[in-house]
Amino acid sequence: MARRLRIITGIAAVVLVAGAAAGFGVAWRPSIAAIAPPRPDTFNPDLVKRGRDLAAIGNCSTCHTVRGGGNYAGGLPVPTPFGTVFSSNITPDAATGIGSWPEAAFVRAMRSGVSRDGRHLYPTFPYDHFTNVSDADDRALYAFLMTRQPVSASPPANQLSFPFNFRPLITGWKLLYFHGGDVPSNVAKGAEWNRGAYLVEGLAHCGACHTPRNALGAERVNAQFAGGEVDNWHAYALNDTSHAPVRWTADALYAYLRHGWQADHGTARGPMAEVVSNLASVPDSDVRAIAAYMADISGAPAPDGKRPADAVAQSPPAVAAQADPAGAAIYAAACASCHESKRPLPYGGVDLALSTAVTSPDPRNLANIVLAGVGAVEGERSPIMPGFAASIDDVQMAALLNYLRVRFGKRPAWNDLDKAVRDARAAQAVSVAAREAPAESSQRGKP
Amino acid sequence: MITLKVNGQDHQVDADPDTPLLYVLRNDLELNAAKFGCGLGQCGSCTVIVDGKAVQSCVTPLVLLAGKQVTTLEGLGTLAAPAPIQRAFIEEQAAQCGYCIAGMMMRAQALLMRNPKPTDAQIRAELEPNLCRCGTHMRILRAVHRAARLMDTADAASDRSVR
Repeated sequence: MARRLRIITGIAAVVLVAGAAAGFGVAWRPSIAAIAPPRPDTFNPDLVKRGRDLAAIGNCSTCHTVRGGGNYAGGLPVPTPFGTVFSSNITPDAATGIGSWPEAAFVRAMRSGVSRDGRHLYPTFPYDHFTNVSDADDRALYAFLMTRQPVSASPPANQLSFPFNFRPLITGWKLLYFHGGDVPSNVAKGAEWNRGAYLVEGLAHCGACHTPRNALGAERVNAQFAGGEVDNWHAYALNDTSHAPVRWTADALYAYLRHGWQADHGTARGPMAEVVSNLASVPDSDVRAIAAYMADISGAPAPDGKRPADAVAQSPPAVAAQADPAGAAIYAAACASCHESKRPLPYGGVDLALSTAVTSPDPRNLANIVLAGVGAVEGERSPIMPGFAASIDDVQMAALLNYLRVRFGKRPAWNDLDKAVRDARAAQAVSVAAREAPAESSQRGKP
Repeated sequence: MITLKVNGQDHQVDADPDTPLLYVLRNDLELNAAKFGCGLGQCGSCTVIVDGKAVQSCVTPLVLLAGKQVTTLEGLGTLAAPAPIQRAFIEEQAAQCGYCIAGMMMRAQALLMRNPKPTDAQIRAELEPNLCRCGTHMRILRAVHRAARLMDTADAASDRSVR
């Protein structure tokens, strides 16, 4: 109820602001004249390659490619509290993509969220971050995208509820929440940190998932990196409120982003697995810069230099078993042989006392992983885990999650595990349906 | 003693609750269709059906199976009276070494029970967890399509044994 009230109040505010803004002519943006799609061989190959690395950092393909569709041809449904927005076709197709966009139109879209024809873009396109991307990098991204295979594909129409389907409202949203410009550099922090800040706050748009949003879908400025949500996954807090049992260091973050897993923390799953997969082609120096900046955001490592195993406590197994005997029996039978194997990652299971999925206030990630497992990553030495969706029922799931929380989480019990399990099942069904879509052999699996 | 429902019958099994289903099927009940491949739930050769869903029996402990119905390949048909899925795999000669085939058939059976007319893409997606090292994938795909057609015809609609 409170949430609904908040939304209604918010809507009223936006409507008022939009009205005022329209009055001042702020809503209006000129159209930029269409061009004939530039020939791919007019772009400098080095620029295209730099654009490719930048597109990987920006994770562009995750939202702009769907399984069975062409690369960057859009059409991904992005659920929001206000309805579903479909990603656009950013291939150089003139009619349905951005083929007729001159470079200036692309830079304007990145900088201020305006389409070539002057319409405001919905902030599901994270221009609140992309506004920080330099013109030089925007030009490289443009060169990369304009040299992709053009695909003729129009995304389905957005399914937004009134009044959010009224595009000029975005003007009001922008006045309230959009602050264009560059990431200020901090000379005291050194080049690597500043490079990291530029990437994290800009193109990599980490906060788009890891920062909670307000009633109108804007990132809460006073809760940056405090944890958000995406596709029924909880994007963990990355600031000093992180629930990671062992504090993240720059080295640990680097290893995690480079390989998709880190022994003191666990494995990247869900949308984060795609981020890591995209980062695979990005130079070490940029991944290190991202890690250095994020480690600084999350606070200094514990000074006592404790080994992770010492830093982590868990409830005695007997006490936990008393709290949930059924869950204890399932853990012992289905999980312990890998998770207590003492084999180091990736050959053994992560020590669950180190897992943020267990200490997190939100049980969804753990539920998702138990159901779906962890698939092998092609060409990578990566952890694997079988999924239990077909063999474990909802009652058993709730018992197992409850036990893991008591034994390894040492935090207050999770509320409403039944709902978490139901949601995870529903999300799993969606992901299975997506896998069954006809796929071109060149396509990655999604989600 | 643990009660295990397999192919429509209750079995009393003397095993710990953390015993993988596969071990009980093969060692105690002598149902040897399901194979031990990787033991990690990564290859699919141990696949059986539990309450209508394909399950990797090597990573499914008995404790998860209380009150659930297990179906193995032996429960679908016999040499004399093969089930449609078995007939289809024979007619397409879909096995080379054959080690993966019992698992392939069980996962395909689970798919056909919930979706009698799967598309090629749906079959490929469903069978993705099951590995075949001989490379008979194209024959396996044809066999699953053939099984769907066989199940669609009246004379072959004998497959009532799966729970």
